[in-house]
Amino acid sequence: MTDQPATPPSAPQSGRTPHFVSQEKWDPYVAERLTAEQEKYYMAGQWKLMWWRFRRHRPAVVSMIFLALMYLSTAISEWIAPYDLHSRHSAYIFAPPQSVHLFHEGKFLGPFVYGLKTERDKETLQRVYTPDPTKPMPLRFFCSGAPYEFWGMIDGTFHFVCPPEGGQFFWLGTDRLGRDLFSRIVYAARISLTIGIIGITLSFVLALVLGGLAGYYGGWIDSLVQRITEIIKSFPHLPLWLALSAALPVTWSPLVIYFGITIILALLDWPGLGRAVRSKLLSLREEDYAAAAQMMGAKPARIIGRHLLPGFMSHLIASATLSIPSMILAETALSFLGLGLRPPITSWGVLLNEATDINVVAVNWWLMLPVVPVVLVILAYQFMGDGMRDAADPYA
Amino acid sequence: MLNFIVRRVLLMVPTLFVISALVYFIIDLPPGDCVTSQIDELLARGDADALTRADELRSLYGLDQPLWLRYFEWVGGIFRWDFGLSCQDTVPVSELIGERMALTLIMESATIAFIWIVSFVIGVYAATHQYRMGDYVASFIGFVGLSVPNFLLALVLLYVGKVYFGLSIGGLMDPEYIGKPFSWGKFVSVAEHLIIPVIVIGMSGTAGMIRRLRANLLDELQKQYVVTGRAKGLPPMRLLIKYPLRHAINPFVADIGGLLPDVISGSVIVSVVLSLPTTGPMLLGALKTQDVNLAATFLLFVAVLTVIGMLISDLALAALDPRIRFGATSEK
Repeated sequence: MTDQPATPPSAPQSGRTPHFVSQEKWDPYVAERLTAEQEKYYMAGQWKLMWWRFRRHRPAVVSMIFLALMYLSTAISEWIAPYDLHSRHSAYIFAPPQSVHLFHEGKFLGPFVYGLKTERDKETLQRVYTPDPTKPMPLRFFCSGAPYEFWGMIDGTFHFVCPPEGGQFFWLGTDRLGRDLFSRIVYAARISLTIGIIGITLSFVLALVLGGLAGYYGGWIDSLVQRITEIIKSFPHLPLWLALSAALPVTWSPLVIYFGITIILALLDWPGLGRAVRSKLLSLREEDYAAAAQMMGAKPARIIGRHLLPGFMSHLIASATLSIPSMILAETALSFLGLGLRPPITSWGVLLNEATDINVVAVNWWLMLPVVPVVLVILAYQFMGDGMRDAADPYA
Repeated sequence: MLNFIVRRVLLMVPTLFVISALVYFIIDLPPGDCVTSQIDELLARGDADALTRADELRSLYGLDQPLWLRYFEWVGGIFRWDFGLSCQDTVPVSELIGERMALTLIMESATIAFIWIVSFVIGVYAATHQYRMGDYVASFIGFVGLSVPNFLLALVLLYVGKVYFGLSIGGLMDPEYIGKPFSWGKFVSVAEHLIIPVIVIGMSGTAGMIRRLRANLLDELQKQYVVTGRAKGLPPMRLLIKYPLRHAINPFVADIGGLLPDVISGSVIVSVVLSLPTTGPMLLGALKTQDVNLAATFLLFVAVLTVIGMLISDLALAALDPRIRFGATSEK
């Protein structure tokens, strides 16, 4: 650089552009003044920052909307399902899914189905259903159909979709008792989806209490809790779940069994969360602000709840979300094996229990359809949990 | 090192004891016992003197004794390879379980080996070829593996195999080998039948392992010593194996502790779906009929398997990482 002239040449004889110097007055505070947008960003609270960060994770947002819709649907299952959960149609046993058509012989008719003709196969003695393409039967919408008790309390007949007059509408086919599979899947969502939420709430509380005790007090409480978590974590869950749910007495009512199963799921699930609580508390209780609170005479419960927990609540919620799918799956697996929920309580696992016999499924493939919502919900939870975990630490 | 091993083995004993007691008492919890269901069945068939036989059966199975006595008898018998009578078929449990346990062990070891080999190869490939086609394919497979529950996968495969290929996946060997002594033909047959269950059970474990190995290796690959090595002209393969891979492999070995319970859980439910002659279906049946001795033996077997697996993983880790040998804990 030594051969460069001290002053830049006035004419561009060397091919360089002349050095530009702005003549405007320079404001030395320009970097420190915030625009309105920046101001908003710097003043935003922790949860707001997390939300912004979460929003950037597209799949997570889509999953969240999907899950929200699913949960909303459980509130109005009675309106969505065209039939009742238990109504049987003995004339339509193992009826295949009816497809919804829009055009009949080139004419637009709106959504309609063809009626089903029933015949018996002379050799296999199975019923064979064939759509009858001569008479289209338009579906009815926002209509009054099969009566139900809304949430078991209010009588009603309103449905979003009803079977056509004088016909049936089995969108996903029927099972061995002629029950509409779509309606059953819709109703079963109620159980399958809530069992995850209730279970995780229980497990969350357990983890907070036990992990909190272990982390805050240390000593023998800590080592006891540690040993318990180690044993539970190191033992394969499924056999233990099987043993525990086999231990639920047959005489209990299905609703009690439902709560029993959630408690069993929670009992084996809390150690993961509890460990996170413990290790976080162990490090946070050494912080100055915790010592200050202690010196000001705050009780342990207040220190944990008011000062320590908020510091890692978001992490906890994110990891709790990530373990909801495993709970839903566990319930599905248990019910599938016939050790979980029992009819009349219906979950996706209970529906899949009908698909245990592969010879039945090979002929009536639609019995496998409850797999679809299970996989979709689990995928959605996984995406959402990933997004939440990424967002959980907004200052990172 | 010896000290370390002895300490770990001694720690296993109380753990197994607690598990065995818990399991035994849990299975016995619900009202009634295995005789109840048998008698109910007999009564339903119209057998009039079933009730008189009930007491006979109860004393045969020792069900008239208090629970704790039965438990200690069962535990005491274990050391003589005597697990009591199975309630289902009135035969000693040890006769029922032998081959099933062996097949379970083979299946689970094969699954672990599958998970390790496949996830090692794919994980290293994905990390060294980040953001290329292969990486995306690996990530996608991993995601599917993590999100599709294995018993549903087994169910779907069973359906596809049955309907489109006309084969039944169930069973672990061709029918002509069942009950026959061990031979080469039997081995081949078992190996052929193992492929699908192993893939199904190992799917989620493989997916998780790939993800972790890829992340670990990517972290290591960005470090300065790798750049230095590359700048000094080390051949890429040698550089990879010699330095970053050794770091990244550590959590890989440590993870077997978390992997094993998953594999065992998966093998139980998958073998029920595929009706394999392993411990899964029999355990389920035993739990449903409250066959305490049989179910507790299976569960204890599962526990022993897990605990030994953990021990092996701890030992491997200690051999691999001197920090652990000298008392520091591994970071997970």
